[in-house]
Amino acid sequence: MLFTEDHESFRRTVRGVLAREVDPHVERWEAEGRFPAHQVFAALGAAGLLGLEYDPAYGGQGAEHSYTVVLGEELGRIGCGGVPMAISVQTDMATPALHRFGSHELKTRYLAPALRGAMVASIAVTEPDAGSDVAGIRTRAVRDGDTWVISGTKLYITNGTQADWLCLLARTSEEGGYRGMSQIVFPTDTPGFSVGRTLSKLGNRSSDTAELWFREARVPVANTIGEIGRGFQQQMAQFQNERMIATYVAVGAMTGAIERTVAYLRERRAFGAPVLANQYVQFRLAELSAKVDLLRHYAYACAEAYQRGEDTTRFATIAKLEAGRLQRELADWCLQFHGGAGYMEETWVSRYFRDGRLLSIGGGADEVMLRTLVRLDGLEP
Amino acid sequence: MLIAVCVKQIPDPASPGALDPTTRTLDRSGKLIMDDSDSYGVELGLRLAEAAGGGEVVLVSMAPRSETGGLRTALAMGAARAVLVSDPALSGSDALSTAKVLAAALRRVGADLVLAATESTDGYTGTVPAQVAELLGLPSVTFAKSIALEGPEVVVQRQTEAGYDEVRCPLPALVTVTAGVVDPRYPSFKGIMAAKSKPVDVLSLADLGLGPEVVGGAAAGQELVEVRDAEARAGGEVVVDDGSAYEQIVEFLERVKVI
Ligand SMILES: Cc1cc2nc3c(=O)[nH]c(=O)nc-3n(C[C@H](O)[C@H](O)[C@H](O)COP(=O)(O)OP(=O)(O)OC[C@H]3O[C@@H](n4cnc5c(N)ncnc54)[C@H](O)[C@@H]3O)c2cc1C
Ligand SMILES: Cc1cc2nc3c(=O)[nH]c(=O)nc-3n(C[C@H](O)[C@H](O)[C@H](O)COP(=O)(O)OP(=O)(O)OC[C@H]3O[C@@H](n4cnc5c(N)ncnc54)[C@H](O)[C@@H]3O)c2cc1C
Repeated sequence: MLFTEDHESFRRTVRGVLAREVDPHVERWEAEGRFPAHQVFAALGAAGLLGLEYDPAYGGQGAEHSYTVVLGEELGRIGCGGVPMAISVQTDMATPALHRFGSHELKTRYLAPALRGAMVASIAVTEPDAGSDVAGIRTRAVRDGDTWVISGTKLYITNGTQADWLCLLARTSEEGGYRGMSQIVFPTDTPGFSVGRTLSKLGNRSSDTAELWFREARVPVANTIGEIGRGFQQQMAQFQNERMIATYVAVGAMTGAIERTVAYLRERRAFGAPVLANQYVQFRLAELSAKVDLLRHYAYACAEAYQRGEDTTRFATIAKLEAGRLQRELADWCLQFHGGAGYMEETWVSRYFRDGRLLSIGGGADEVMLRTLVRLDGLEP
Repeated sequence: MLIAVCVKQIPDPASPGALDPTTRTLDRSGKLIMDDSDSYGVELGLRLAEAAGGGEVVLVSMAPRSETGGLRTALAMGAARAVLVSDPALSGSDALSTAKVLAAALRRVGADLVLAATESTDGYTGTVPAQVAELLGLPSVTFAKSIALEGPEVVVQRQTEAGYDEVRCPLPALVTVTAGVVDPRYPSFKGIMAAKSKPVDVLSLADLGLGPEVVGGAAAGQELVEVRDAEARAGGEVVVDDGSAYEQIVEFLERVKVI
């Protein structure tokens, strides 16, 4: 991947914005279990960070995908996993389908304010009885003339308590399986909608995760994103963006974690020398660093393929799988080399250890990635 | 409304600076960036231009080797164009030379309002803007923490030790902006791309009708005679707490008149 001077200028912008708007507040937001999404997104929107690849007609920046790589890497350097996740939901998980398939009216009404940071968006797919198996969702939208009447429950929804609209996946026909689902822009001020509970979590605490209820909530059929009945397929495409940004963020986070660990081990002394003087420690860090580099360049190859307009399902699947596994391994070693300090809440690495764990579950668990890979590579009998 | 903002381009303060051993001046051979001090003036200028509706911000800079790196940053923030004076004869310029050059460039721009920082990060004599104002015959208001335009006047809140004074002054005028009084915007991707095609007018001394007898090293009224390393800091005093450490610390703070 070729990063130009422009990419570096843009990287400085991302770093500057995050240093001003996010970094000083992370500790408080983590403690409060929530960050002020509207306030933070407005600042990011003003700097043009929320709609990098989108059409300037809706307030997007018209940038190529390589700038999303830069954004992701810098998000990864934030001192927690929650805020980067919430931001990526807005930029690369809840909005790609609307941008790709949505009508002009829908984009004007919901995408443009989301890119300005005036509206917060969520992606609402997972349900109490369907996570890995998306085809198992039961939330139903029944047509009544020009409106959908929506009933059901969504679970583990990021930004769920603060969202102004959801990119909702619901069943719109009785066909079952992969058919008969649609993506619908669901405004959260619709009567019949409520936030059930805010869930407390192992990690990513600054990001609110909610259970959402729909009781005969009515939204216009015109809020359907793209084609009625193609929701599953559109969501599968949207998942590719989710997996790519998740990988870029992880690459940034892992690079930062190694740097911080090395800095600590250079100062921390044991047996009359810096801990970093031990060859065992050096070798372990060198191995991890090598693996991060492999992942980084695999991610760049994925980004380039995406930029060429190729289908990146295989790339994104492998990248997300390996990123999740490597982050678990790396966070564990970083914590280990911090000793007791690493086990303390007040040390960054304990949070990283907790937050990093999500990557192997969210956006499709490792095993779901493997399942996809088996199918793509024809590994079935 | 035409607003000119002085933008000094300096070596990145994040990388350790060096002095040229022969000229004893700061080594400016590397890449130059916009002095952070000037980002506040650029931001205020942009806000004033936006508030005025249809206003425009023009950047003015003097820098070696036709360097535009720092100007591009300010252009990416939203300035419309830039005037850069660059001439080998300017090497060794002192603050007065710099002021003469900036004044000549500003005369060509003909702005309603000129903004500069109160002092630069690298040279920090804090003398250039007042000299520029004097050379241009403009009123100069210093240490602004906020600036508003009201008809033919500029209204400035001028920081003082006690608080601030409100100063009114007819346009055209020169105002210096205190660092940190506003959050400068970060250039967006669109801004970065747009900046590439914004005009930067590079002028030589001849273009400005200035000769080496007026500006540049040869004309410098100041001379750098010697550069010495700052005295190495002596090791601090260690107070071992035997229960009375607080008394020693209080006594120390009183001695240095902090409390
Ligand atoms: C913090 C957080 C934020 C989230 N944010 C959102 C959001 O914004 N929007 C949203 O829609 N969802 C969100 N999710 C949900 C997330 O996408 C799901 O948790 C994930 O897809 C896994 O689904 P599940 O939890 O139902 O696990 P299950 O489907 O119950 O699976 C449990 C485990 O079974 C194993 N497994 C599953 N299938 C197979 C298989 N075929 N072969 C072998 N093993 C298998 C895996 O190890 C898996 O982890 C979030 C989750 C978390 C924890
Ligand atoms: C004898 C002598 C020789 C020198 N020789 C050299 C030399 O060879 N090369 C060299 O690079 N420096 C040289 N300098 C230093 C350089 O001339 C000063 O940095 C310069 O005069 C500006 O002074 P300052 O930075 O203290 O400005 P200040 O008065 O602290 O600046 C206040 C504000 O004025 C504006 N401003 C100042 N300078 C510029 C500029 N150049 N472009 C746009 N806006 C500006 C900015 O808004 C700035 O924040 C020399 C200085 C002396 C005394």
